[in-house]
Amino acid sequence: MKILVCISKAPDTTSKIAFTGGNTSFDENGVQFIVNPYDEWYALVRALEIKETSGGNVTIITVGNAADEAIMRKALAIGADDAVRIDADPKDAYYTAMQISEYAKSQNFDLVLVGKETINYNGSQVGGMISEALGLPFVSLASKLDVSGNKLTLEREIAGGVQVVEVETPVVVSCAKGMAEQRIPNMRGIMAARTRQLTVIPAAAVEELTSYVTYDLPPAKSTCKMISADNMDELVQLLHNEAKVI
Amino acid sequence: MILVYTNTENGLSKASKEVVTYAKKLGDSVTVVTNGNASNDVLAEFGQYGAAKVLVDRSVSTDDVQQVIDLVASASESTGATTIIFSHDLTAKAVAPRLSVRLKAGLVSGATDVPNGDGAIRVNVFSGKAFGFVKVNSSKRIISLLPNSLQPEASGSSCGVEEFSSGASAGRIKVLNTKKPEGEIPLPEAELVVSAGRGLKGPENWGIVENLAKSLGAATACSRPVADIGWRPHHEHVGQTGVAIRPNLYIAAGISGAIQHLAGVNGSKVIVVINTDQEAPFFKAADYGIIGDAFEVLPKLTEAINKFKAAQN
Repeated sequence: MKILVCISKAPDTTSKIAFTGGNTSFDENGVQFIVNPYDEWYALVRALEIKETSGGNVTIITVGNAADEAIMRKALAIGADDAVRIDADPKDAYYTAMQISEYAKSQNFDLVLVGKETINYNGSQVGGMISEALGLPFVSLASKLDVSGNKLTLEREIAGGVQVVEVETPVVVSCAKGMAEQRIPNMRGIMAARTRQLTVIPAAAVEELTSYVTYDLPPAKSTCKMISADNMDELVQLLHNEAKVI
Repeated sequence: MILVYTNTENGLSKASKEVVTYAKKLGDSVTVVTNGNASNDVLAEFGQYGAAKVLVDRSVSTDDVQQVIDLVASASESTGATTIIFSHDLTAKAVAPRLSVRLKAGLVSGATDVPNGDGAIRVNVFSGKAFGFVKVNSSKRIISLLPNSLQPEASGSSCGVEEFSSGASAGRIKVLNTKKPEGEIPLPEAELVVSAGRGLKGPENWGIVENLAKSLGAATACSRPVADIGWRPHHEHVGQTGVAIRPNLYIAAGISGAIQHLAGVNGSKVIVVINTDQEAPFFKAADYGIIGDAFEVLPKLTEAINKFKAAQN
């Protein structure tokens, strides 16, 4: 099976979130970037497992600049066969999805996997957009994916429950928790990935449908009011009179 | 023209009233398109929240999201809508991105407010640790609204309901089966949530959590480890990899408050933390804290709530 896994860079989950330029852009100063966890732990690792059991190859793709080659090499170290970078700033989800679709449409992938969302923009948009652009079915928020020939059986999250669906390849799937477990690359993988050839493709002419104009941080929480475990009546009164939530 | 999609399989949910109220605030004529078996009398109530008209295609099942895409695309074409609104739920995540490409309409997902004076819409970014303000550059736009971002406002009267034939057909994805609990409030829509973690020591101890939730009329939730070891169902897991919620009140017992858990609950208006460890990081994100054993505190809090409710009646 020929699989494309879309990966994005994301700030490490413990990064300090700050903005520069009058709150118009994310302050990358001192921020450690990682492969977006949903793309890595679930999409990439599941793709590798499928390759290991049914054969095929796994290509990773990202839309980004030269600095993003670190996350591409991480994906290669974990086990991806090929790495492609569209040389562009991923301006919005539509722009990013169209760049990836433009590349994918001539490549005949059987399966395109994305993480369910990035941990920085949380939009959950790119996978669905790629599927529409390629005219392929889209299974959103899959927590399980089994392959039998060209037939896939998937479990996907729905409001308060789970749905089991069946679809034939080619298909686009967004991957949520449950798909696979995180893999730590070994030293041989890391060394081999360092010298691998990365494919760089110029960006296609695509517009952005949305733009982030500014950012803001939520107001700091005031200090926590401590209440004695023996005085739950006081807590109830505070929730009613002060917080006004009950 | 504004088009709102919401499913009405369980009648008018709070989230569906929120999206219609939101659409009304945008200041243009609002049409609701829906599917499911709710009666015309029930659907007409959308008029009270600001809808001018409801279109219903009862042949479309929400279980098959491919049909929902066709339904909304078809309603959008027939009404000439320039703005489409969804509630930011799991259906919207499957449907809205496809529609965005099909209609070339900029998608703002997870909106928490109406557009500001510059026309930019606030969304949560960095897993709730910051806000972004998004502008749509295209002539059409799609907005999915985070549940609990505003209160439904009923002021108008009932509106007309019309049968709508969208011609939606089953797609290439075959639905084999759908499991969803009956009659429960979906966690992302709940205004009050009681949650517990490993501090509860075992699934057999969840009675004290459920009792408090019942007294409050709250939904129950849990931390990731508890869902992973199977003490509670996965759909109750709130956090970075689980469900993100923003209730008015979140009560957490026996949860230390790891950054990944906070990412799923930091939008809550008020947080109460109960923990035996006074160093638990969750206290830093809490409004009210109680240092104590959940096994003692939860029953006492339940008793105090019951007393308060009895006094109110």
